[in-house]
This record gives sequence, structure tokens and C-alpha cells, in this order.
Amino acid sequence: MSADMKRFPVGLNISDGVVDMSHGSGGRAMAQLIDEIFVRQFDNDLLRQANDQAAFDVPPGRMVMSTDGHVISPLFFPGGDIGSLAVHGTVNDVAMSGAIPLYLSAGFILEEGFPLADLERIVISMGQAAVAAGVPVVTGDTKVVERGKGDGVFITTTGVGVVPEGINISGDLARPGDAILVNGTMGDHGVAIMSSRENLEFETSIESDSAALHTLIADMVSVAPEIHCLRDPTRGGLATTLNELAQQSSVGMKLMESAIPVRPAVRAACELLGLDPLYVANEGKLICICPQQDAQRILEVMQAHPLGEEAAIIGEVTEDQHGFVQMETSFGGSRVVDWLVGEQLPRIC
Amino acid sequence: MKYVDEFRSHDLAQKLSKDIRREANPDRHYNLMEFCGGHTHAIFRYGVQNLMPPNVRFVHGPGCPVCVLPIGRIDNAIELAQKHDVILCSYGDLLRVPASGRKSLLKVSAEGADVRMVYSTQDVLKIARENPDREVVFFAIGFETTTPPSAVAIKQAEAEGLKNFSVFCNHVLTPAAIQNILESPEVREIGSVLIDGFFGPSHVSSIIGSQPYEFFAEEYQRPVVIAGFEPLDVMQSTLMLIRQLNQGRHEVENEYTRVVSREGNRKAQSLVAEVLELRRSFEWRGLGLVPYSALQIKKTFAEFDAEKRFDIPESRVFDVKGCECPRILRGVKRPTDCKLFGTVCTPENPMGSCMVSSEGACAAYWSYGRFSQPKSQPKTEQEPVV
Repeated sequence: MSADMKRFPVGLNISDGVVDMSHGSGGRAMAQLIDEIFVRQFDNDLLRQANDQAAFDVPPGRMVMSTDGHVISPLFFPGGDIGSLAVHGTVNDVAMSGAIPLYLSAGFILEEGFPLADLERIVISMGQAAVAAGVPVVTGDTKVVERGKGDGVFITTTGVGVVPEGINISGDLARPGDAILVNGTMGDHGVAIMSSRENLEFETSIESDSAALHTLIADMVSVAPEIHCLRDPTRGGLATTLNELAQQSSVGMKLMESAIPVRPAVRAACELLGLDPLYVANEGKLICICPQQDAQRILEVMQAHPLGEEAAIIGEVTEDQHGFVQMETSFGGSRVVDWLVGEQLPRIC
Repeated sequence: MKYVDEFRSHDLAQKLSKDIRREANPDRHYNLMEFCGGHTHAIFRYGVQNLMPPNVRFVHGPGCPVCVLPIGRIDNAIELAQKHDVILCSYGDLLRVPASGRKSLLKVSAEGADVRMVYSTQDVLKIARENPDREVVFFAIGFETTTPPSAVAIKQAEAEGLKNFSVFCNHVLTPAAIQNILESPEVREIGSVLIDGFFGPSHVSSIIGSQPYEFFAEEYQRPVVIAGFEPLDVMQSTLMLIRQLNQGRHEVENEYTRVVSREGNRKAQSLVAEVLELRRSFEWRGLGLVPYSALQIKKTFAEFDAEKRFDIPESRVFDVKGCECPRILRGVKRPTDCKLFGTVCTPENPMGSCMVSSEGACAAYWSYGRFSQPKSQPKTEQEPVV
């Protein structure tokens, strides 16, 4: 916005100011907040039109839409923050259908008293993540709730994308004999969050794996359009997500514990806290279920991508009317890998 | 991972499995009770039972601190949080244990009671310091391993003059419980529970040593092997028990020498003795009233005793009808024998305490082994029910 058109002669006091109720009132204070923080950081043609919606053309194919609320605590964590997470989480949910993600919307619920500096930091990070992913935030909303009625900031993002012709990926398509792959180490995000929680405070070099996976998926789909299922093992971790897929497809699964990549530091932290890395959340990981004959080709493509260097084949789909996920332990025994019970750790995404 | 992978080695497990198969006499059964939930968890998580010949069976004991806590004591804690408006601090597992009236600490917390999950007694002291105008009660549970930290916290509170801190003491003692099981009619008279030998607790024994088990190894003629919580520890100890049984010995042996000594941790013992004393009797879920099986806070530290400060009533509450937790805890029944198991009682909605903690036999069966574990053998068969 040029200087002669400046609507607000006195800029927001971002370094010391806080969110107040007027920032959600619909008046000039809200307009200024949107201009000087959101539009400035998310800047793109559609957003600049300043309409209550964004209108755009879409390429041919099936449209995909997904939404995700982000309530993570703490807001800033090793390897990311709620802003980048809100972009990655929704881009991934759209991309897991094989779709090319196109646009995002963002809804912010701010708590009265939340520092504007923190808000700007979050929005900058969100804008950078959106630019890096090539998926702009084209429309949004801001609300403010009274002090004590929120926890700083909650962000809901919605994404749309289009699935190219000939791609059909869905959680109910796993078939006995299919191979199960993951693109890297399990549990990094959950452990990174835990290490920064106030009441735990342990030191680790582990960073969240939060990342947008759509380019990795595009590479995978280009060599093997026959991929059956893709899903990101977020809350509940690998174990719970595989159980979801097993139930949806009415199949069983057999995993090899020794083939599942887990960082030593994550294993150590889990050992200490009495957690199982298979149940710890990820934000930059995917599970791929594909016909056995495509597995090697997909694995090679994954390993050639920066977000899949540690990809591995971890097991196979079996015939099982109970829908059990079983695992041969590294120790040599076998056991059922069940759904996560209760909550391992609240508010991790 | 150093110091962990060594105890989970696939090759060593295969070798031990072979040794056990070779040395176990096919003409007899080896019914081995692991007292501790930690062992139960290791057996299931690593699939140790699959590495055993069919005549070597693990009988799951009552050593899960959450599982043996009677409902009445959880009702007491809920009353503290609700009626007395205290900040009630507790270890995580306990929050989900069902109390009377389908309540639990987690549910009353959702209704507004101030219940906080802590990782150590130091967290509780911190909360007490930060909330000088609130009463802060630590819901202390567990065997000998968790007792010294409670004693330390009481001494620290005294030294600091922390007037708003108290402990609701539910600490219990392992040897008394093992003896109670061995004296139960099912083991002594009816013979419906066969226990040929015991895996002695690992963490508990690091405090009390191996010496306290010597009496009942001799008196009840059952071998005891103190076993670590890693799966190879369990397998090595199984082999040691099999050898003792084959040779007709009934001694206390120590597989967990890297941590446990005969005397145990003297410093911790004297600390506990300074602050806590024996209760005449204490109710255990599954075992009933067991004499001298628990600890209470000594008179000299009475000001930190929540039972004195809040006048907590003694209440005995019966288990949910049909729940077999009491028999499962004594090794009389297996989780799969319970009608509630997996029907109305699941880890998401536990009816009995054994389904709550990951150390509970039912939760372990459900999470790691359901459908692969057989029910108890029918009584008509020659082999007694275990």
C-alpha cells in the first residue's frame, strides 16, 4: 500500500502492543490489524482484493477440501510454531488424496492480551511456509475472545486442491499383499513438543518434523499412480493411523519393528517418559500403502526427495477379518499394535 | 540406544529361548508368577510368551500399584478434591481409575475439581509453594520404589515450613502381598492356582534388597529370582527358575545384580523408616485386608498426613458386579476369562482397575495380545487352571 493512501497514520505498536477486544470488533482497529499484520505477511493478489471471499478458477479434476484446527501448546517449539504447523497440516491433509494443493484460508481466534509481537512472528512464519509450499492464504477471518477464554491463539486453516485425472487414493483401498512404507523417522514432532513443555523440561536436539509433503507426494504419484492409500500419522502416531486404515479397508497389517525408523534421541526420550514412539505424533510424515510391485520404485523416489531420505518399507497388508495390526518385535516375539488409548499428550497440533 | 539395546537383543533372545526349551522338562509345567506389572508389560510388549515352550506359563500377579488400590481410597481422593476443594496431585495412571458412581479423578477434574497430574513429588512441592492460600494434597500410591520420594517430600515440607502440603498415603509393601497370595486358600488348600516360582520385583528390590524374600522362599518352598524389567532379564530369570525347579531348589537368586543387592538401599530404607510406619492392615483390591501390608505417616509428621488433616472416612466399596479383577490379581483367572473383558470393559472405558494401567494384566492382554491368548483351560482337563 503506497504512502499517500495510508489509512492508518499511526502504525500498530507491534513491539509492545497486545491484542484487545477492538481488534475483533469489525471497526478500524480490526482493519488495521488485518492490514499491518495479515495482509502484509500473506500478501497475494486474491487477498489484496479485500473481499470476504476469494474467487479463483480451478483446473479440471476432482476437487479436494480439508480443514484443520490448530491449538498447540507451546505456540513456539523446536523446529516450528503454530503458524508453520497450520500451513503444513492442511497442505498435507489435502495432498494425501494425491491432490495438488492450491489455496488456503485461515481463521484466527485471538485471546485478549496476546502480544502483537508474537502474533506477527506467527504470521510471518505462516506466510513463509505458504510461500515455500506455493499454496497462498487467500482469505481469512479474525476473532478476539476475552482474556481467559482462549489460549493466546488458535488457528483454523482450510485448504482446497485438485486431484489430477487417473489418481484414486483412499483409506479403504488397502489390499492384502500391499506394501506399507513411511517417509522417515517416527515421533520427532511429539518429542520436540514434549521437550519444550513447562513441566517436563528435558533437553534434546530433536526438532519437529513439521513439513509440507505435497511435492514428495507428487514425485511418488508420478512414478506410481496406482498408490492405494496415503495418510499422515499425526495424533496417535503410526500405530493409530495404521489401525484406522486397517479398519477402513477391512484388512490386517504385519509390521517389522526393526524396519521402522526412529531416531535414537526419540527412542531415549520415549524410554524415559514411558511412551511408545509408534504412538507419538508426526507432522511431516506419511504412510503409503501400494501394490507390492510398485514398492521399490516408490521407495527410491522417496529416498531421492529431501523429505524422504530415511524412507523405509515397514511391513505389509494381510488378510484379517479383525483388522489387527500386528508387529514382529525386534526382540523376536510378536504383538498386537493397538489404537492409542486415551491421550498420550494433549494439544500437540 | 546404549544400555537398553543390550537387554533387547534378538540374537540373545533366540539363544535363551533355545536354552529354555532344552532345559524345561516336557513332563511337567512351570507356572511362574511375575509379581510386578513392569514384568507383565515387558512380557506382552516384546512378545516373550511366544518364545516359551507351551509348558512354561506366566501367571500375572498383583504388582500394579494402580490396580490394587481399593475403590474406597479413590473415592476418598475424589472427596478431597471436590468437597475440601484441595489441589489434588497424582501420578498419571491413577486419574483414569474408575471409582464409585462411574466417577474418576479425570471426570471430576472435567467437572471443575482441581486435579493435577505430576511426574514427581518435587512437582507437588512446587505447586504448594506457588499456591500458599490453597491446600495441596499428594495422592501417594505405589510399592517400595515410590515410597522414598514421598518421605523426602514430607521432610522437605517440614524443613521449609510448608503448611499447605500434605500426603494421602497409600504406599503398600511387596513381601506382605506375596505372602498373602501364597497363604490364600486357592494356593494352599484348593490348589486351583499353581505357582511354582516367582519373579521378584526389580525396582522394588533395588530399595528393599533381595533379603526380604528369603523367608518365604524357605517357608513356602518356592524359588524366587529377582528379575530386571527388560525382556532379556525376564527370559534369563525364567531359565534360572526352571533350573531351580529342576534341581528341587527354592532359593532367592538375583538376576538383576546390576541394580539389586542383598541389603538394598539402606539410605532410602532409613529415610522411609524415619517418616513412615506399618499400618496394622490395609485393603488391597483382589486380596482384601492384608495385615501389615502398607505404610502410614508417623505421628511425628502427623501435620503432613492428609488423613488426619481432613478426617478421611474409612470406606469399603465393592467392585463392579462381574468384574474379575480380584481373581485376576491373585492369578486365579486370566483376563480373557472375565465376561466384561473387551465387551463393556476396554481401556477407553475401564470398569476394573486392571484395564487402566498399562501394567495391568487386562490392559496388557487387550493392547498386545487379545485373540492370541488362550482362555484358562477347562477344569476337566488334567492340568489345573492357572
